[in-house]
Amino acid sequence: MTENFLPVRIHVREQPEAWKRLGERYGVQWTPTILVVDPLGVERHRIEGFLPAEEFLAQLALGLGKSAFARQQFGEAERWFREVVERFPDTEAAPEALYWAGVALYKKTNDPSALAHTAEAFTRQYRDSIWAKKASVWLKPEAVRDARA
Amino acid sequence: MAIAWRRDPDDALSEAKLRGRHVLFDFSAAPT
Repeated sequence: MTENFLPVRIHVREQPEAWKRLGERYGVQWTPTILVVDPLGVERHRIEGFLPAEEFLAQLALGLGKSAFARQQFGEAERWFREVVERFPDTEAAPEALYWAGVALYKKTNDPSALAHTAEAFTRQYRDSIWAKKASVWLKPEAVRDARA
Repeated sequence: MAIAWRRDPDDALSEAKLRGRHVLFDFSAAPT
């Protein structure tokens, strides 16, 4: 996962100038703060606080998915989101990724069944997550019609 | 999980733009 990035550590005491300049640019308020920044320097995902390795790697893939989504690369975004669910199914990132995988597929195809299928998937897994609650509205046909607007 | 962290953020941002890569910033206060 980390091979997808140029990783840079900015240490608060050892690099005070870079810390101040980039900390202000990105609004960093706590350590550790991890940012996924796209090729144009735009922040696409943020992790505040320590995470164990599995959760950390899942968040990186989620961040790449969010970056692709924000740049309207919906096929690439869906691939990253699915990878989170498949490779890191027991992480906190997985239900969020499942939700956004459905949205990315819908945005790519304009087929509202992508949302309904995602909602159905949440009836089988991650049922207690907030993402299941968010997706539950897609089980109703009128909600899918609204999503097309 | 060993990550080869760089120390020059401006160099990384320039390279990212040139090569279409993402930068992973770690704002850290951990003992070094």
